[in-house]
Formats: sequence, C-alpha cells, structure tokens
Amino acid sequence: MTDPAASGSAPGSAPGAGLSERLTALFWRRPGLLVALLITPPLLWLGVVYIGSLAALLWQSFYSIDEFSGAIVKEFTLKTYAELGLQQNIDIIVRTVLMAAAVTVASVILAFPIAFFAARYARGRWKAFFYLGIMLPLWSSYLVKVYAWKLILAKEGIVTWAANGIGAGPLLDGVLALPVIGGGSLSTSYIGTFLVFVYVWLPYMILPMQAALERVPTSMIEASADLGAGGLRTLRSVILPLAAPGIIAGSIFTFSLTLGDYIIPQIIGSSRYFIGQAVYSLQGTAGNVPLAAAFAVIPIVIMLVYLTIARRMGAFDAL
Amino acid sequence: MRSDRPPFALTLGAVGGLLFLHLPILLIFLYAFTTEEKSYQFPPPGLTTEWFAVAWNREDIWPPLWLSLRVAAMSSAMALILGTLCAAAMSRAKFFGRDSISLLIILPIALPGIITGMSLRSAFALGGIPFSTWTIVLGHATFCIVIVYNNAVARFRRLGPSLSEASADLGATAFQTFRHVILPNLGTALLAGGMLAFALSFDEVIVTTFTAGQQKTLPIWMLDELVRPRQRPVTNVVAIVVVVATFLPILGAYLLTERGTETAGGGK
Repeated sequence: MTDPAASGSAPGSAPGAGLSERLTALFWRRPGLLVALLITPPLLWLGVVYIGSLAALLWQSFYSIDEFSGAIVKEFTLKTYAELGLQQNIDIIVRTVLMAAAVTVASVILAFPIAFFAARYARGRWKAFFYLGIMLPLWSSYLVKVYAWKLILAKEGIVTWAANGIGAGPLLDGVLALPVIGGGSLSTSYIGTFLVFVYVWLPYMILPMQAALERVPTSMIEASADLGAGGLRTLRSVILPLAAPGIIAGSIFTFSLTLGDYIIPQIIGSSRYFIGQAVYSLQGTAGNVPLAAAFAVIPIVIMLVYLTIARRMGAFDAL
Repeated sequence: MRSDRPPFALTLGAVGGLLFLHLPILLIFLYAFTTEEKSYQFPPPGLTTEWFAVAWNREDIWPPLWLSLRVAAMSSAMALILGTLCAAAMSRAKFFGRDSISLLIILPIALPGIITGMSLRSAFALGGIPFSTWTIVLGHATFCIVIVYNNAVARFRRLGPSLSEASADLGATAFQTFRHVILPNLGTALLAGGMLAFALSFDEVIVTTFTAGQQKTLPIWMLDELVRPRQRPVTNVVAIVVVVATFLPILGAYLLTERGTETAGGGK
C-alpha cells in the first residue's frame, strides 16, 4: 500500500471516534499490522495442520517396529531408514522414479501441440473451446478417469476390439509379450499404468505450458523468421527456451503426482509395488507405520530437490 | 502472414490431444447402458436403462454420498475463509517471508497427496486422535486453500489498490471499504474458487483413505467397487453422476471468472 507519511494526514483519528474508525486509522498508520492480522489465521492453519503433520511424519519415521510383537518402539533409531536400503525397497524407489520421469517426458511431448495451438492460434470461440477442453478433463473425477481406462484396457475392452478390427491383434500381443513392460493384458502391464498416468496428469502440464507460451512475444518469432530460421530452428532456439519455466512448472505436477500415486498402479498395472502402494499397505494391513513414514519421506526429499531447482529457473512465476 | 495459419502437424497434434483427453470419459456414458454385467466387453452386447433404477435403489450408495457432500461443504467453507485472508495479505506490499509463505501455500498440492495423507495419519496416531468427519475435513481444507487463494489473489491483483484508496479518501472505514467495495468486486472470484474447492473435495480419494478410518465417502465407495466389483454397470451409473456433479461447478466457475482468465493454472 502507499506510504502514509508521503500521502499527508491520516483519516479518521479524531478524538471520540468509534472503534471501527480508530481501527481504520491504526491500519492506515501501520499497514503491516493489517497484513499480520490477515495472514495469521491461514498461517496458523497451514503451520499447525500441515507443517505439524509433516513433522509428525518425520518423527514417526525415526521410530521402529518390534519384529516379534509388531508394536511400535518409541525410541529414536535409524533402523527403519536402514530397512529402506533393502534391495526390494530400492527396486520400488527406482521403479517409481523411472515411471515419474517417463510420464513427465511423455506429458511434455503430448501437451506441447495442444498448448501451442491454444496459445498462438486459437482465437475467440476457439479459445473458449480449448480452455474448456483442457479444464473439463482436469477437473473431472480422478476415479472416473482411472475407471474409464480400466474399461478401455481390459482384455475384452475397446483396444483389443479395435486392434483385432484393423488386423493389428498380433502386434498388440507382440507388445504385451515384451519383457518387463508387457503383461497378460494392457490393464495388468506397466504400459497400461504409464498410459493412465499420462492421461490423468496431462492437463496439469498443458495449463502452465500454455501460460508460458502465451507470454512469448510474436515479434520474437517473426524476428527469428526474418533472420532466416526455419520452423524447427525457431522452436528450438526461441520458443522452447522462453517457455521453459512453464514446462518446468508443469513437470513439477506430473512428476510429483506420479511419485505419490497409489491408486492407478493398484487398479491398472502389474502387482509390483510403487512408492505410494508401499506406503499405503505398510500403514494399513502391515501395520508398520514407521517404515511407511520413512518411505513417504523419499518423495518429499526428491520433490524438495526438484522444487529448489525449479525455483532457480523461475518456474514459480509460471504457476 | 505465415503465423496466422497453423502447420498441419500442429493442428493434428492439438486435435488428437484433445480427443485423447475426452474420448475415455465419453466411453463411461456408453458403458452405463450395457447389458453385460460381468465383464467390460466391447462393443456392449445390448443396451438398457435398468441400471439407473438399480443404482437408485442400492442402499449402500446414499450414506457415502451424503458424507461426501457434507465434507465438501465444510472444507470449501473453511478454505474460503482462510484462502481469502491469505490472498488479501499477499496482494498487499512485499513483506518479510512472503516467498516462503507462497511456497507454504502451494506445498499441499505440490507434494504428492500421499504425503499429506500419511502425515496426517502419523499426526493422528501420535496425538491419539480418533478418525471422524473432522479428520477428513482437516485434510481437505488444507489442500483446498490454494484453490481459493489462486482465484482470489488474481482478482485482488486486477482490482489494484486505487478503489480501496478512493473509498478511504471518501471517509469510509476499513470495514465499510471491505463490505461495500472489496467484497462486491471479489464476490464472483470467491464463488468460483469455492465451487472448484467443492468439486476437488467431493472427488478426493488419496488423502481421504488415510484420514477416514472406517468411514466411506463416495470416492472411497467407488474405489472399493473398482477393486472388488459387484455390479459393474452400477459403478458406471455412479461415475456418470459424479461426472455431471463436477461438470456443473466447473462450468459455473468458468462463467463467473470472465471466461476463466483467473482459474487457468489453478491446478488441483
């Protein structure tokens, strides 16, 4: 707000004024006080509920579980973290990070044409069409979207039907016979998990990307063309560097959401665990809350590193 | 000029991408009418509308629906208050720790939902807090704040300080300015933010599975049906209801915020 000293006398501080007048005058003289009053309740909420819970999570991860009784031993130890180093747990972590990276790359590739078209060529009614076309899938129910893919990828579902219809049935079988990423059907393979992740998180990539592309000045693209650059050269040397903050902002979402999701791989995928599933089953059926907490710390660490890098590259302005 | 006409490959990519985003949801509508109960056979062997009646009569759908509506209403109300306060403070002058606070606000959606869920679960376990509707609301309100905040802060920014200053110059107190100048201008942005928060809470499942205990919200009911299907077409019918129930608030929010200029990038 404006500096009170520079704008002359403060209003409403006459003697005998009512409470609201006096408060108004006080806020005028001390704008910082008003900001403090406004920000305190939300800060308390986020501080106590959110940061407090994160602290509880961290705390919990230093406890361990008694192997015989299954009870939680409330003594500080690094034993639980040592358990994370077991080969099967390392596998889970590597698998999840690779999946998150693959999903992010695929989202960038799929999102770019949509975002670029919406930012540069869509006008008037088409702009609205694109906007709703991106927002509706973003906001429609997460479970419904996952469910739709269960229908699509099922062995008796539309993909198999379409593949057989155009005579590509053997090709589909061939893909499913691939080691590691294949499986009995698309809905029980990594390919299926990957497809659904990309589908569900794609709008989170498109929106920040589009916002960043809209800020690329047309004059720069024209200048690039005037200097003799072709379409691809302009894309690589002008558009992509300028849109980078938006792409990084989008990748925060796709990467982070994939890291922590446990429902998609549970419903569509092989039976091999991702970090999210490990956390969920450890805190639930296995009753090993400390190990679940230690597992949950891993995405936090990965995301904090990611966010620090993203912030350096100015991605937060594009959110 | 060349830049007026999109290259063919770009158009193809954009249209293909949009189709990829929309066709799967449309498929659900078809499956709600299928006569095949045991599998996801395509094309459906026949079409019927009986599942809508079956779903209506299923006793186990209604309590989760009411719980979800109640939780969504409470969480969005909570988020409306806290998010608006945040936006009002943050739209004012720069102050110490401003960047840290903006990071704190986006953290609940920037970190995976499972962390929010597992953190709350740990806190309840350490504090000996029993699961209740309130434990669900606590989690939902936390990640809904940022939705309201994004909508409100964009409106505050566009509003600028001049209207409030004019109001003060004309002798209004801070409360009169809030009541007669800020609130009317903020109204639609808050309504939009509140509706989006409602839609988000109504649909949330990951955090909820950690904070609900034995309670069932509608998404948890659906998740159970996905893992152990009983009458598959009934799940399709519920899915359609959920799609329509979230479609309306989104459309409303879009119309309320100057054709969506403020909700873009709102994230979930």
